[in-house]
Formats: sequence, C-alpha cells, structure tokens
Amino acid sequence: MRLSKRSFPAALMMCAVLLALGAPQRVRAQLELQVTSGVTDPIPIAIIPFAAAPAVSGDVAQIVQSDLEGSGRFKAMPRAQMRVYPARAADVQLADWRASGNDYVVVGRVSVLAPGQLAVDFDLLNALNGQPLASQRFTGTAAALRNAAHRVSDVIYEKILGIRGAFATRIAYVSVSGEPPMQHFELIVADVDGANPSVVLESRSPVMSPAWSPDGEWLAYVSFEGKRSSVYVQQVRTGERRLVSARAGINGAPAWSPDGRRLALTLGGSAGNPDIYILDLATQDLTRITNDPAIDTEAAWAADGRSIYFTSDRAGGPQIYQVGLAPGDRPRRITFSGSYNARPRLSPDGTQLAMVTLDNGSYRIAVQDLSNGTVRVLSRGQLDESPSFAPNGAMLLYAAMGAAHGQSVLQRVSVDGLTSERLTSQQAGVREPAWAPFPRQ
Amino acid sequence: MRRSLMVALLAACLALGACAHKPPAPGANANTAVPTTGAGAESAGAGGAGANAGGTEGQAAAGAEDAAGPQEGLLAKRIIYFDFDNSEIKGEGTDIVAAHAKYLAAHSNAHIRLEGHADERGSREYNIGLGERRAQSVRRALLLQGASDGQITTVSYGAERPAVAGHDEAAWAKNRRVEIVYLK
Repeated sequence: MRLSKRSFPAALMMCAVLLALGAPQRVRAQLELQVTSGVTDPIPIAIIPFAAAPAVSGDVAQIVQSDLEGSGRFKAMPRAQMRVYPARAADVQLADWRASGNDYVVVGRVSVLAPGQLAVDFDLLNALNGQPLASQRFTGTAAALRNAAHRVSDVIYEKILGIRGAFATRIAYVSVSGEPPMQHFELIVADVDGANPSVVLESRSPVMSPAWSPDGEWLAYVSFEGKRSSVYVQQVRTGERRLVSARAGINGAPAWSPDGRRLALTLGGSAGNPDIYILDLATQDLTRITNDPAIDTEAAWAADGRSIYFTSDRAGGPQIYQVGLAPGDRPRRITFSGSYNARPRLSPDGTQLAMVTLDNGSYRIAVQDLSNGTVRVLSRGQLDESPSFAPNGAMLLYAAMGAAHGQSVLQRVSVDGLTSERLTSQQAGVREPAWAPFPRQ
Repeated sequence: MRRSLMVALLAACLALGACAHKPPAPGANANTAVPTTGAGAESAGAGGAGANAGGTEGQAAAGAEDAAGPQEGLLAKRIIYFDFDNSEIKGEGTDIVAAHAKYLAAHSNAHIRLEGHADERGSREYNIGLGERRAQSVRRALLLQGASDGQITTVSYGAERPAVAGHDEAAWAKNRRVEIVYLK
C-alpha cells in the first residue's frame, strides 16, 4: 500500500501525540517557604522595586524582600504603599521613607552589559541618619539573576545584623513520593529558598544521608540500589558518580573531612557490627576508628579535622562521643542529658553541637554549647530529625513530620531560637536536608 | 511513503516517548545527566521510566522473590516482629525462625536474605544499626538451629523502607521487623 501525500502529515501528527504521551512529564514543583515564627519587632525596611532594562526578566527587589522577610527578622514595606520608585541613592527623599516607618531603604537598577550579561547595582541607606551602608554591583548571566539578588540580600543582612547572610547557598534533600511499601526517591539540590530544584539522583530504592564536600562540588550519599547499602560520591555539576564503598554489610553515614580528602564511614561487615572508619579517597586506605560491639555511627568531623564526634549506644542507649584520630585516643562521652542523643553535627565555628534528642517523649533538635555543656532544645515537633547547620552557623535546617498529610517537611530554626520557617513540597515528603557550604567565589 | 517505513517511524516515536527522560528545565543548577539507579532486578528496563511503570516493575520484582522459597505451613510466614528498641526474637517469631532453620538445614542450596527494619523514631543511621541488630539476631538463631553461614546474607533498611505508613504504635509495630527473602 502506498500512502498518499495527504496521509503523511496525519502520520506526523500521530507521531507527535505518541511522543508527548510517552515522555514522562516530570513537573517538579519547588519547595514553598513560609515563616512560622519571627522576632517580635522585625526591622522595617523599604525594598524599592529596581529599575530594569526592558529586556530583563525577574524582580530582584521581590527576591530580596522574600529573602529578608523569610529570615523572620525584617518587615518589608508593602509595594502598594510606595508612591515613588527611586532607583538611585541620590533620588531618595529619606524623610518620606522615614515617615512611612522604615529604618532602611534599598534602591537598585538592573542593566544589560552585553547580550546575556547583566549588572545589578544597589544602595542600602540608613533611613534614620541617611548614612549609605552599602553600594555594590554584582554581575552575572541573565539565568543567574536570582543568585545575584540573593547576594544583594546577603550584603543587606550582614550590614544590618552583623552576621554573614546565607541567602545565596544551596541545600540538598531527599524527596519521597508514593506510599509504602512502593516508594520513589529523589536526591534534589535546590536554592536555599527552595527555587531551582534539580534532581541529582532518582531511584526506586531508598537514598539517604546526603553530605556536601567542603568545596560544595560533590555529594556523598547512601543508596540501596541492588538491595544492599552502598556509599557513592557524585559531582553535582556533571552528574559523574563514583562508588566509594560497597563492602559486605552496612555502608553508611558518609562524612567529609574538612580538607575534603577523606570520608568517615560506618561499616558493619558481615558480622553486622557498625563501627566508624576513615577512608582516604586518593589512596583508598581504610583506617578503623572505633572497635566496639555497640552501634557506632553518624560520624561528624571537628573543624580542625583531628577528632570525630559520633553516635554510640555503648552505654545502653545512643549518646554522642568524641574520639581523637591520633593512635591510642579513646572516645569520651559528650552528651549527658536525657536517654537519647544522636546524629551529631558541628557548627562551622566548632563551638556548638546539634543533635537529635529525646525530650519528654518527643524527638527534637537540640544544640549543646561545647564550652560549657548547656543544652537548648530548639524545635517543638514529635519526630524531628537530621539537623544541618547553615554555613554561617546561625540557623539549623532539619526534617519534621508535616501537619496535613503526615508527609515530612523541612524546617529551619535560628540558633538563637527566635525565628523559624517551613519548606514544604506539594507533591512529596521531603527529608534529610544538607545545607551546602558557602560557594567558593 | 512505504508502509514499512511508516510503521518503523511510528515504532521509533513510541520507543523515544517511552525512553525519554525529560531533563529538568535549564537554569543555574541544571545538570547535564541525571543518574537513575539501574542496577538490580528492581529497575530492569528503561532508565527513565515514569513513576507508574517503576512501581509496577518494582512490585513484579518483589513478587518474583515472594514466590520463591517454601510455602508450606509456617514457612509461608516470612516476617518476624520485634518490640521497641529490642532485637530479641519472641512469641511466634521463635516458631517461624525454627521452621526456616529446619528448611535451610535440609536444603543446602537454599539461600535467603534477611532484611532488618526499625520504626521511624529517632535518627536514621542509628536506625540502620537497629535494623541490622535484628537481622543478625535472626541470623544467629538460624545458624544455631542448623542453617549454614553461606546460606544467609543480611541487609538493614533501618527506617527507610516501612511496611506501613503511619505515625503511631500500630504502624511502628508493623515496621519493627525482619523479613526473610528466599533468593532465586
């Protein structure tokens, strides 16, 4: 049978339909951030819409506003109340903005330097005395405009609060969809405000324990593909994946040394006794750190790379211990309040220890001051887990049971306990967050 | 246009559609490659298959393993349950273990995998340790009752692979378990 010219377009149409039906439409909704508690008197600030060349798409001032309000420490003047949109410091009538109740004013401009290359200029003014606090330019591609806006937020935050901002950082987390026993798992990297989610790994087997390398380029994680646990490292930018350990038994809890050259691992062996080991990534030398019939796991490196904190139930229930890496060093116990303290994470300055603690029957996130042993419980859920410090040490990101469907959500809480935010996914449960280090500039 | 060419074209479209894995929208964080774990019986077939297809394949794989192994009497029971924070085998678990130990002792070509689990409470990697402790407890009991070392492997899923959803004791009790999976 020969087909006429007229049936060819029909065939093409049918082809297109088949292609569209067959290709899986994986629409990934980004995490939504909402403030769950803020300081009682947030700082009033006017973030005036930036002047932008017509070709520019993206609202820098809106991103800055979301960042600063999302920290729980600022209250932005609603745009609808602004009568003028000055774009330069010289054009700002400070008295008017002060009269509207603002302590600070931000103005800016987005201009095109070259095709695809933008410049974001901004000024931060103290509305009370007119002092210019910052005047800076960030350049980048049009695609990276959100990142430039976050860097503006970083500068504003640091100038006003004296703490380095972490708005331009990224997080990794595990997303789980479907109902037990058949679930679908994804390891996702996104901006810290939840935007730009990108799938690093997807699997029908569980994925857990993501850990960023100190240079922010690699993620280590545990995968249960092949019906056993294995530790992989994967370069986020390229997707290149390397198997680190698939020894008999448990392979788990990867943790990068501060110099990025070694991974602490939990290995269980065929006898099933989990202990901490250190693997040199270049030489593949394996050094045993704990040797005890208890469960020893969840290693976290001290900032100087000379000791490791870990969870052990050698005293009966899980507590956190510290062990030096010099030969002959013996573990010493660090946590003494309560019957369950696990999953240690060190703050970037090494002075605070975050953990999961059993607090009046609920599993919560606590922080222990390592200089004096005082413990503060920071979260209020019943099944809180997996704390991760922001690279500025000012916040913790963790997972909590969600209210509506019981699907897990991510929660942020400031270390001073004053602010908290929730990050939720419409489609899936999200857990096991890992906050990336500051990007290397 | 020849009919055979038309058929080939349509078949190619179908195949392309089924295999396509739409990369995430380009942006600052776009990856060029998204690894999808492909090893093992669970993900046989197209690397980028959608969630539905994946679920079916996964179930088929699990079903194939469930169907393997003996089914008479107690041997059809493959799950041993545990008390909170405990890896002691008690109650019906004792009888189930005894039955499988006897079977393994009598069938040296039979191989099993013990999959240990914990309920969701507390820290995840510590729960991997608890699941392993339970799997090892069952393993030791099987060895004591006639099974040989080479017949048994263990894996711990900790709290990562619950049998039932839920955040109460009813669900937790069903998740604190070791599952016996006969291989091949």
